[in-house]
Amino acid sequence: MLYREALNRAIDEMMAADESIVILGEDVGRYGGSYRVSEGLFAKYGPKRVIDTPIAELSIVGNAIGMAIAGLRPIAEIMTINFSLLAMDQIVNHAAKFRYMSGGKMTIPLTIRMPGGVSRQLAAQHSESYETLYSAIPGLIVLAASNATYAYYGLKAAIALNDPVVFLEHELLYPLEMEFKEVDTFDPFKAEIVKVGKDLTIITYLKMRYDVLEAVPKIEDELGISIEVIDLNSLRPLDMKTIAASVQKTKRVVLVEEDHKTGGYGAEVIAKISEELFYSLDAPPLRIAGEDVPIPYNRTLELASIPTPDKIAQKIIQWGRKNGL
Amino acid sequence: MHSARVEKFYYLMKLGREFELAAKEQYMQGNIAGFLHLDIGQEACSVGAMQAFDKGDVFTHYREHVLALARGMDPKLVMAELFGKVTGVSKGKGGSMHLFDPDLDFYGGDAIVAGHLPIAVGCAYARKIQGEKAGVFAIFGDGASNAGAFFESINIAAAWKLPLIFFCENNYYAIGTRIGWVSPFEELYHKARNYMPAKRIDGMDVCEVYKAVTEAKEYIENGLGPYFIEAETYRYEGHSMSDNGKYRSEEEMEIFKSRDPIENLKNKAIAQGLVAPEYFDEADKKVQKVIEEAIAFAASSPEPPLSELYEDVYCKECTNVIP
Repeated sequence: MLYREALNRAIDEMMAADESIVILGEDVGRYGGSYRVSEGLFAKYGPKRVIDTPIAELSIVGNAIGMAIAGLRPIAEIMTINFSLLAMDQIVNHAAKFRYMSGGKMTIPLTIRMPGGVSRQLAAQHSESYETLYSAIPGLIVLAASNATYAYYGLKAAIALNDPVVFLEHELLYPLEMEFKEVDTFDPFKAEIVKVGKDLTIITYLKMRYDVLEAVPKIEDELGISIEVIDLNSLRPLDMKTIAASVQKTKRVVLVEEDHKTGGYGAEVIAKISEELFYSLDAPPLRIAGEDVPIPYNRTLELASIPTPDKIAQKIIQWGRKNGL
Repeated sequence: MHSARVEKFYYLMKLGREFELAAKEQYMQGNIAGFLHLDIGQEACSVGAMQAFDKGDVFTHYREHVLALARGMDPKLVMAELFGKVTGVSKGKGGSMHLFDPDLDFYGGDAIVAGHLPIAVGCAYARKIQGEKAGVFAIFGDGASNAGAFFESINIAAAWKLPLIFFCENNYYAIGTRIGWVSPFEELYHKARNYMPAKRIDGMDVCEVYKAVTEAKEYIENGLGPYFIEAETYRYEGHSMSDNGKYRSEEEMEIFKSRDPIENLKNKAIAQGLVAPEYFDEADKKVQKVIEEAIAFAASSPEPPLSELYEDVYCKECTNVIP
């Protein structure tokens, strides 16, 4: 199943089952969605429930909050996480805080979908990964879908939750054919152990999952070790239980993320591991992240600004040799 | 105007005025802290509007005590919220600027200037597709009329013909910035009139506010789209308790005080023989009693327990999995 089809199916099935679910955003209706995620929904559910908005992100999210207050369950699509900064006041100051500052009286069942990450030469204003911003906000739930299975079940869970959810997608994943696993029970907040291993834990999420998996055989070969790979799925809340069990077993941890290293989401994960699992570690944790630069247009520079399978392998091999692997 | 309605106007405006004066006193005594934005001088807007717009959703800014009382919120619960007590409308977690009561369809105060307008637009959209007759009322100040969220909101509300009343309280000052310094004109209804019917009214006259909002309500209920009212008004106090209001002249203040909404209504009602003079003394006494009870209730209410700190961040079903 294509990643984008998994998202589409999740929205379609939820909308068919619950009339209060609406979707709104730029080009989500007649056009079918910038990445074709909402394809076919306009014809099926009509303009009242599949709403083409102006290019005004503050209003897309603000309007969605008002719809949620009125009893609808809106899904707001922001074309890229870069544009979500225009809606940040609505996401952070309003959606995330209404329940708390009303003493629990307000409920905002709202899903805000947005893709991020480096695609292919879209330059600085269309290529960022700002998950660290939303993951720092109490009142928000932040989910990150790296695969068709999570895209389908995770998005359904997000729509069903009674709190505002920032649902992160990645631009390069939309057209990819992926394995889809049907499951009986699903916990959107649980990390996935993508590969079992015993000597080193690599924690990652979103598209870096694939870069890591590509690098792993080479690292295992070079260092003669076996690697465990964890895909976080949920960035807020963070599944520390799965992380702890893995790190206590392997005693070494590497975090791979696409966003900038300084203040990146991985900094929080590594800080938590350092606080809670320090004495389980046999080596200092390693962070592999995007460089601290705006994303450049030129392809060579663009690839130099983010982790790639080669760089991931090289850095981990070097670090492993220094640290007794 | 019907005499019972005039009596109600007077009672609610007086209640609002005395509530604000009491809040000011309690602030001075240290029982209320943070930002306290008093509505003194602007009571006609809140009361006239809420009496006319008696059904439907209300989205408001942070100068909202009188609006909340006029909507029917219990003064005890509002005062307790100002005191930060667990018995307050928002359990002491919102304070003066965040009085929420979904049972009264009252959402706000929102303390991000113009931040509640897109939310009101979304709510109006929902009401329209839900086939609800009553629409949405959004109140904001002159300062908000300069924000991007305001322009996005009038655009979308008009494009989609949403049942939404934009009610702008123009008191001429955004904290200390005169509207004319930052807007090309001081008559703010010009900003909306290419999008929807827009008019400027005397916001110091509760009857005029009531009539205008009644008209607007009929208009939006008939599915004709949004409606814009600019009410000229004045706040007698500073922006908040930390503002001494020195940027305004005494002459200007005196002109507006001579148009005081409460005194003028009373004088007019007596002169026209609409309401007996004794009514006002009785109403004043009743207001005093309600205010005293509200303060006593707030003062004697318990503080929120520390266990409240992590309550209400997420809904219960999510809290099961969120540490």
